[in-house]
Amino acid sequence: MELTSVDLWLNKRIELTSVDCVPGKKIVAHFGIVQGSTVRARHMGSDIAAGLKNMIGGELKGYTKLLEDSRKEAMERMCRQAEMLGANAVINVRFATASITQGAAEIMAYGTAVRTE
Amino acid sequence: MEQLLQIFLFIVTIAVAYALGSIVESEHYVSIEKREKDCLSLPVVTSYKIEEKDNILEARLVYGSVVISVDYFKRFLAVLRNFTGGRLTAYESLLDRGRREAILRMKKKAQELKADIVLNMRFETFPIGGLSSAQPGASNCFEILAYGTAVRLKS
Repeated sequence: MELTSVDLWLNKRIELTSVDCVPGKKIVAHFGIVQGSTVRARHMGSDIAAGLKNMIGGELKGYTKLLEDSRKEAMERMCRQAEMLGANAVINVRFATASITQGAAEIMAYGTAVRTE
Repeated sequence: MEQLLQIFLFIVTIAVAYALGSIVESEHYVSIEKREKDCLSLPVVTSYKIEEKDNILEARLVYGSVVISVDYFKRFLAVLRNFTGGRLTAYESLLDRGRREAILRMKKKAQELKADIVLNMRFETFPIGGLSSAQPGASNCFEILAYGTAVRLKS
């Protein structure tokens, strides 16, 4: 799990934190909730591999990667929304997942967009 | 004859799943313990507050996730356990190593950012349908997510 370019790109433009402030900075404006979500279905190939892996237990790498990618996409959408509002940070970021139909899931990220000094 | 063969196949599958499953699990625990020792120097806390307010260089969201599933043998045991109730040890160890793995991955990202502490760490656990998503609630497969705010102090 290396830091990818997407990670760095996300972090550079918009600061994300999971606490109710940006540590070390002063918040000057609040813009309310921003959120991003994506609905993904499982890939047939990774499903078969996962089925085999399911027998002996342990990590299902295909699924881990799939959900990781989806989460990044959701975060990217959230950041875009925050940018549009003129924010430069999103505080109190939370994640949620809901299964929509069999084999598909919605991955969602939400938080409060703010501007810091 | 055919039924006998089916029962035989079932027993073989369970035996193989048991053997491989316990090898995978014990190897995972060994690697978890080793990596946990390696990153003991990075504290992870669930509180919001940080004492050194003026000394902060930067703060970043970090997270780590893992999708983990229980093996066939343990699933069979769990079904039997359902008759009597009580602790499902098989699932306890599954979730335990999932959580520890997720924390380790989060810590690794925090270390890459040269963080000194991770604040407000939170867990999310999502049951994923797995292959038996025909029956909701009978999930064999979980995604565990750990996330927090990595803080880097001015040295």
